[in-house]
Amino acid sequence: MKRATLMFSLALAASLTAQGASAQTLKTVKDRGMLSCGVTQGLPGFSAPDDKGNWVGFDVDLCRGIAAAIFNDATKVKYVPLSAKDRFTALQSGEIDVLSRNTTWTLSRDTSLGVNFAGINYYDGQGFLVRKALKVNSALELNSASICLQTGTTNEQNVADYFKGNNMKYEVIAFSTADETIKAYESGRCDVFTADLSQLYAERLKLTVPADHAVLPEVISKEPLGPLVRHGDDQWLDVVRWTLFAMINAEELGITQKNVDDQAKSDKPELKRIFGTDGNLGETLGLTKDWFARIIKATGNYGEVFDRNVGAGSKLGISRGLNQLWNKGGIQYAPPIR
Amino acid sequence: MATSTEARKPPLQLAAKLRRVLGGQAGWSGFLLQIVFVTALVWIGYEIVENARSNLAAQKIASGFGFLSNTAGFAVSQALIPYSESDTYLQVFFVGLVNTLVVSLIGIFFATIIGFIVGLGRMSPNWLLARIAGGYVELIRNLPLLFQILFWYLAVLATLPQPRQSISLLDSFFLSNRGFGLPKPIGTEAFTAFAVAVIVAIIAALVLRVYARQQLFAKGRVIAVWPITLGLLIGLPLLTVLVLGKPVTFEYPVLRGFNFSGGLRVLPEFVALTLALSTYTAAFIAEIVRAGVQSVHKGQSEAGASLGLSRGATLRLIVVPQAMRVILPPLTNQYLNLTKNSSLAVAIGYPDLVSVFAGTTMSQTGQAIEIIAITMAVYLVISLITSAIMSLYGWRISRSMSA
Repeated sequence: MKRATLMFSLALAASLTAQGASAQTLKTVKDRGMLSCGVTQGLPGFSAPDDKGNWVGFDVDLCRGIAAAIFNDATKVKYVPLSAKDRFTALQSGEIDVLSRNTTWTLSRDTSLGVNFAGINYYDGQGFLVRKALKVNSALELNSASICLQTGTTNEQNVADYFKGNNMKYEVIAFSTADETIKAYESGRCDVFTADLSQLYAERLKLTVPADHAVLPEVISKEPLGPLVRHGDDQWLDVVRWTLFAMINAEELGITQKNVDDQAKSDKPELKRIFGTDGNLGETLGLTKDWFARIIKATGNYGEVFDRNVGAGSKLGISRGLNQLWNKGGIQYAPPIR
Repeated sequence: MATSTEARKPPLQLAAKLRRVLGGQAGWSGFLLQIVFVTALVWIGYEIVENARSNLAAQKIASGFGFLSNTAGFAVSQALIPYSESDTYLQVFFVGLVNTLVVSLIGIFFATIIGFIVGLGRMSPNWLLARIAGGYVELIRNLPLLFQILFWYLAVLATLPQPRQSISLLDSFFLSNRGFGLPKPIGTEAFTAFAVAVIVAIIAALVLRVYARQQLFAKGRVIAVWPITLGLLIGLPLLTVLVLGKPVTFEYPVLRGFNFSGGLRVLPEFVALTLALSTYTAAFIAEIVRAGVQSVHKGQSEAGASLGLSRGATLRLIVVPQAMRVILPPLTNQYLNLTKNSSLAVAIGYPDLVSVFAGTTMSQTGQAIEIIAITMAVYLVISLITSAIMSLYGWRISRSMSA
C-alpha cells in the first residue's frame, strides 16, 4: 500500500509539473483508445472480477457505459483496483480518468481534493454488521465494542461522531483494504464491522456463514455514492455525468437493453431527440449522435444495472429503497435530456 | 640551493587548504563550477516546488501545511500520548510517530537478543542446537515478512479465545483475541519516596563502581561490587516500603460489556508486528553474528587461553570486541530495515505513522505531496539517528581496541 501511495504521489508531482491543470481528458481517452477506470479491490456486486476474470458490478457498469458512449465498445476499459486511501491520489495523478468506486460525496472532498463528483448513482448510509450470537439489537448497545473498518473512508469519522455523540466507548481497528477488514472481523478481533450498508451486504457474502451475521437497524450517516473526475475539465465531467443520467432517464422512459433498438425507431419527438435522430445532443457532449443507444445497449438502464448487480436479480438482493426512481417512491432523479 | 630553500618555504596554509577543500584538484575554477552546479540544483528544486504549488492551486487541490492544525475526527486504537478524536492532524502525526518508534525499538531489542542467541547457537558444538538454529535462520529469512506478519496475526493470535472466555492468570492477567490485559500500576503517596530511593541506590552503586575501579588500578585492591550494589538496590526501596507503605496499587482489567476495561492492554496488532519483525530480523542478525565471530582468528582465543583467561573472559574480552567491529555495520543495516519494515503495520491495522498519517490523514485531506514528504523525512531522520548512534558505538569500540 505504501509503495502504491508513494508511486501515485511521485506520479502526481511529476504530472503536475509536466502538464498542469488544463487536461483534455476526453481527447486523451480517445487517443489512448481505452478508458482507465478506478474501481474497488473486489466488492461483490459493485466491482469485482467474475470467475473468468472480467470485472463486473454496479460501479463497473458505469465505466462500461462511458466506454460504450465513447468507443461503442464497452470492453475498452482498463480497470485499476484501488484501496480506499489510494483512490483520490490515483485520480489526481492522472492514473485513472474516472473513479467509480462507491465514493461518498462530501464537501471537503469536493473542495480540497481537486475532484468533482459527477452525480450520485447510489444513495447509501453507514451501518453495523454484528454476529447474531452477540444478541445485540441496536447500535446503541455497542458500548465498549471493538470496531473493524477500512481506513480512508467517511466511515472512520462517522463512527467517531456517533459513538462520541452517544457517550459510548469504542475501539477502532482500521485496515487498509476491505479484505483485511472483513478477515479481522471474522477472526473475532472485532465485535462490529462497519461500512456503508451496500458494502456490508456485499462483504457479508465473503463470510463463511453469512447467515450468522446481521446488519443492525441504525443507519448513522448519509452516504451518497457516485463517480468522480478531476477538477477543471468540464467537458469530461459532462460525459461522465450524462452517462449516468442516460441510464436513469432510460429507466424512467421504459427503455431497456432489449427494446432499445425498437425504441430508437420511435416517432415520439422526445425519443427522437434522445436517440439523436433529431438534433445533435450527443455531439454537444463531444460524443456521437447515437451515444444514448450505445450506453443502454451495453449496460441496460439504471434499474437493470441495479437488479443485475446488487438488486433482486443478484446474490446481494438489496432492495431499491432510496435508489428507486423519484416517481416510484425513491429519490433517484435525472435532469431531462433535451 | 635556491630551489631547495624555496621548496621548504611553508605554503599559504589557509588559502591553499580552502582551495583544496572547495575546488579539489581543479582549484578555484573547480570551486566556481561547484557554485554554478549547486545554484542550478537549487533553482531546479525551486522550480519544481513552485510549479507543483501553482498547478495544485489551479486544480483546486489544497496545498501547504495548514491542514496539520485541522481537527482529525477519527479514533486511533493505540495512542501512547494523549489523543482524542477532537485533536489535530499534528497530534495524529505524533501518535503515529510514537507508535512507529515504540514498535521499532522493542523490535530491535528482541531481534538483537534472539539474533545473538541463534547466531551463537548455530556455532555451538551441540549438534541438535546448531541444527535448530540453522533451521530457524533458513526458514525465517526465506519467507516474506508480510506473510509472517499475517501469519502471527491471523493464524496465531486470532485463534485466542473471545474476551469472555479469555485465558486468565490469577484473575489479573488476561489473554484473549483482543490482546493481553494486565494490571496497571498506579502510584500512591509513597511512590515519590520509593522512586527517590531507587535513584539514590543507582547513583550510589555507580559511585561505588568508579571507586572500586580506582582502587583496583591504584592499589590493586579488589572490591566485590555486586553484593553491595544488590543490597543497595533492594534495601533502600524496601526500607521506604516498610516505613511508608506500598508505593503502587494495581488497577485490574475487568470484563465489562464486550471488552476489558481498566488495566493495561497490549493490542494483538502490536504483539503480532513485534513478533514478526523481531523474529524475521533476528534470522539476519544471527548470520551477521556468526560471520563476525568467525572472522576473529582462532589464534586469538588460543592466545587468551594461554594467558590463563577463562572461556567466558576470552569471549567477552577478546573475541566479541573484535567481532563487533565486523558485526556493527551490517547490524546497523538490519536495525534500519526493521524500522522501515514496521510500516507493513498497515496490513494488520496497527496504527503506525504510515497507517494513521500517510494513510488516514492523507486520504482525508488529500494532501499527498506534503504528507509523503513529511513521512519520508521522518523515516530518513530516524534512520540517520540510528546510524549515528551505531557509528558512535563503532567509534568507541575501535578507539578502545587501538588504545
